[in-house]
Amino acid sequence: MTDTAPAIELKGISKAFGPVQANKDISIRVMPGTIHGIIGENGAGKSTLMSILYGFYKADAGEIWIQGKKTEIPDSQAAISAGIGMVFQHFKLVQNFTVLENVILGAEDGPMLRPSLARARGVLKQLSEEYELSVDPDQLIENLSVGHQQRVEILKALYRQADILILDEPTGVLTPAEADHLFRILDNLRAEGKTIVLITHKLREIMEITDTVSVMRRGEMTATVKTAETSPEQLAELMVGRKVLLRVDKEPAKPGAPILQVDTLRHVDRHGVERLKGVSLEVKAGEILGIAGVAGNGQSELLEVLGGYADASGTVRVNGTEIDLTGRRSDGQSRRARGIAHVPEDRQTEGLIMPYTAWENTVFGYHRDPRYQSGLLMNNALIKDEAQDKMTRYDVRPPNPNLAARNFSGGNQQKIVLAREIERDPDILLIGQPTRGVDIGAIEFIHQEIVRLRDQGKAILLVSVELDEILSLSDRIAVMFDGRIMGERLPSETDQTELGLLMAGVTERPDKPLIEAVDAQLEAKEAREAEQHD
Amino acid sequence: MDKMPAWADAVLVPLISILLAAILSAIVILAIGENPVDAFKLMVDGALMRSSGWGYTLYYTTNFIFTGLCVAVAFHAKMFNIGGEGQAMIGGLGVALACLFIPFPHWSVALFVAMLAGGAFGAAWALIPSYLQAKRGSHIVITTIMFNFIAAAVLNYVLVNLLRPTGAMDPATATFPAATHLPTFQDMFAPEGSRLFRGSPANVTFFLAVLACIGFWFLIWRTKLGYEIRAFGHSESAAKYAGISPVRITIVSMLISGGLAGLMALNTTMGEAERLVLNATEGAGFIGIAVALMGRSHPVGVFLAALLFGFLYQGGAELALWTNIPRELITVIQALVILFTGALDNMVRMPLEKLFLGMRRNGQKG
Repeated sequence: MTDTAPAIELKGISKAFGPVQANKDISIRVMPGTIHGIIGENGAGKSTLMSILYGFYKADAGEIWIQGKKTEIPDSQAAISAGIGMVFQHFKLVQNFTVLENVILGAEDGPMLRPSLARARGVLKQLSEEYELSVDPDQLIENLSVGHQQRVEILKALYRQADILILDEPTGVLTPAEADHLFRILDNLRAEGKTIVLITHKLREIMEITDTVSVMRRGEMTATVKTAETSPEQLAELMVGRKVLLRVDKEPAKPGAPILQVDTLRHVDRHGVERLKGVSLEVKAGEILGIAGVAGNGQSELLEVLGGYADASGTVRVNGTEIDLTGRRSDGQSRRARGIAHVPEDRQTEGLIMPYTAWENTVFGYHRDPRYQSGLLMNNALIKDEAQDKMTRYDVRPPNPNLAARNFSGGNQQKIVLAREIERDPDILLIGQPTRGVDIGAIEFIHQEIVRLRDQGKAILLVSVELDEILSLSDRIAVMFDGRIMGERLPSETDQTELGLLMAGVTERPDKPLIEAVDAQLEAKEAREAEQHD
Repeated sequence: MDKMPAWADAVLVPLISILLAAILSAIVILAIGENPVDAFKLMVDGALMRSSGWGYTLYYTTNFIFTGLCVAVAFHAKMFNIGGEGQAMIGGLGVALACLFIPFPHWSVALFVAMLAGGAFGAAWALIPSYLQAKRGSHIVITTIMFNFIAAAVLNYVLVNLLRPTGAMDPATATFPAATHLPTFQDMFAPEGSRLFRGSPANVTFFLAVLACIGFWFLIWRTKLGYEIRAFGHSESAAKYAGISPVRITIVSMLISGGLAGLMALNTTMGEAERLVLNATEGAGFIGIAVALMGRSHPVGVFLAALLFGFLYQGGAELALWTNIPRELITVIQALVILFTGALDNMVRMPLEKLFLGMRRNGQKG
C-alpha cells in the first residue's frame, strides 16, 4: 500500500433495478483524510451507490477497492470488517436500550454482556473526548435528542473501528446549531485521518465542509470537482443539467386585511402529549408567513388542526368568522368550504392516493363538489378533461392523466397536489414542506407558483424545515419550538444564526458558546417530555 | 412502472395457481390409488356436461358471487370481513321471517321484500363489529369471527325454540307458502316435458347475483362513495386529510358487505330449501374469501372465481357419489385451490414479475 492509495475507489459500478438504471458506470476515488461530498437530486442514484458500498445491494458490474485493495462486499458485515461505517438518515437504534447497549449490539465480545459493556465504556469515553462526541452512555436512546442519537450512530461506527464513515443526509433532522456541531465532529474526524463521505442535497453544506464533491444525475456521475474551485451555481447546474435560479425573485409584499387569525391554539395528541401550547399567529392577504422550526416541534400538528383533521382548543378565524375546531363541522371538507386549501407535508401518505390515477387525484378532497357529479355517478369524463388541462398548465411530466400517482417523480406529484389546491382559488393556502423530495428544477417552479398566488392577494402559511426556503420565500418568519411560537422576525432583519437559536428555544443571544446554550435548552425540553410521558 | 402487464396479473397468476393446485390434487388422488384423469373427467362431466349439472354449479356460483362480493367490498376499504357466514345466516332469518309472516300475492313481490329483509338483517349483523372497529378499534377480523359463532347460536335458538313447527323434529322453519317459491331454471327455460335443468336448484336469484356484480362495479368505480371507500382503503391518513370520515366509511362499507352476504340467503333459503334450515350457508361465507382474493375484488374476477368454486363444489359432489374417493378428499382439493389462489398468491406472482422484468429488459437491449 502506498501513501497515495485512495481510501475508496469505485471502478465502473453499474446497477439496474428492472428497467431502471440506478447507477451507470460510476467511478470515484476518495483520498484518505478527506471529506467527499456526493450531491444529486432525489433518485439520482446516491443512496443506491452507497448501499452497494455498504453491501446492501450487489453491483451488476464494477469493482470496489478499499485502501488500495480490491474488496468484495457481499453484505454489511463485510463492509464493517473492511472499515466502513454508515450513518443512515433514519437511525437504526433500539429505542429502549441504553447508548452503551446500542453501541455493542452486534459487536459483543462474547456470550456475557458485562465485559463487553465495560470495554465499550472505556472506548466510548476516549472517543467522546477525542472528537467532541459526548453522550451519556447510560441514557436510554428514547430520551435523547435526534442530534445526540446521531452521535450514537457515529460512535457505533467508530467503535467498530471504521476508517471510512458514510453519512446519508445527516442534517435533515438537526437544528442549524446541531448541524454546526456535527460539522465540527466531522472536522475532528478528518484531522485524525478518517475518510468521510457525505451524501446530501444541500449545496450549502457541500460548500461548507467538503474537500471534493461528486455530482450525480440520473444514475451517472456527471463531475467530480474540488470544492474550493466550484460554486453553488455551478453545482446546481451540474445536478439539473441546465441553469437554475437559486434565489426566489419576488417583489416586496403588499399585505392587506388579516385573513387567517389564530389565537392560543392548543392541541393534545393521542398519547396525551400537548403538541401545541397556545399558538397565536396572523396571516394577511397577500403575504407569506413562514413557520421555521426543527421537525417535530408542533408544525405538523398546526397544519393538521388548520387543515381540519386534528382537534384543538382556542380560536381560529377565517375572514373574521370563527370556525369549529372540534366536532362534526371540523373536517377537511368544511375547511375547504371555508376557502382553506392545504398542500400537506407528506404528499405520499396524505396529499395523494398513490395507486389512484392522476385524474382521480386531481379532485381528491373536492370530489363531493356537485360539479363533478352527474346523477348518482361521478362525472369522470369532466374530471379527466380538467385534469388534462391542469397537468398541462402546471407542467406535470408526463402529462398523462391515466398514470397512477406513484409513477410520477416527487416533483411532479407535488405539482399535481399544487394544481389541485391552487386551482380551487382558495383564500388561504396552507403549505407544508413544499419542496421536500422535489428536484431542483421543480423547486424553482413551485416557489414561483407560491409567490404568484401571494401576489393575487392570498394568505399563505408556509411550514418548512429548510431554513433557506423559509428565508427566501417568507415575508414574515415565525419560529416554532416545543409547541410555541418563540418569536417573529422579518427576513431582512434576521439571519440563520438567530433563527437557529430560536429554533432551539433560545430567545436571547447568549454569552456562552452557542452550542452549549442550544444543548441546555434541548435537554430541558427532553426532561419536560420525559415527565409528560411518565 | 408496474411490474407486469395487467392481463398477466389478472389472468396468468390465477391460472397458474389453479394449475399448481390441480397438479397437487392429482398427486394426492394418485396416492390413494385412484386415477386423477378419470376423476377430473367425472367432475367435468357431472358439473358441466349436463344441464342439471350446470343447474347445481350455477346454484353454488350464485352463493359464492354474493359472499365473494361481500368480502370484496370490505377489501376495498381495507377490511377483512370473515363474518360473511354469520351475516348470511342472519340474513336467512330475515328472509324466512318475511316469507313466513307476510302474505305475498306473487313471487316477484316476495323476492323484492325478502331481498330488503335479508339485506337488512345481514347488514345489521355487520353493524356491531364495524361500529366496534370504527369507534373502539376492536379488530374486525376478531369480532366478525366471533359473530359467526354468535349467529350460529342465535339461529339455533330461534329455529329450535321459536320457529320450529310443533311436532317437527329438525331445527328448521315450516315450508314457506307457495306464493314465495322462486322460479327455478327448469321453470324458466325448460319447455313442457323437457329434461332441461331437471331437479336442479339454480333459480332466478342467479340473475340477481349478476345484477349485484354490475351494481358493485358502478358503486366502487363510478360513485362518490366508491371513490371514498377505495381512497380510505389505500390510505387512511390521506382520507382524513381529504375530510373523508374513517368512522363513516368503515361502517358504511361493512353495512354493504353484510347486506351482500345477507342476500345469499335468497338463493339457499327462498330459492332452494324453501324453508330456513340450520346449516343453510354451508361454509359459503368462507369460500367468499377465496373468491374475493382470487377475483382481485373485481366483480368480473369474483364472477369467474365463483364459477370455478361452483364447479369444484358440484364436481366434488359427483366424485363422492360415483368413486371411492372419500368426501374428505374433495374438501382437500377445494382447500388446495383456496391455498394456492388465496394464501400462496405471492409464490406465483413474484417469479412471474421477475420473468416479465427480465423480458422487458431484454426487449430494451435488443
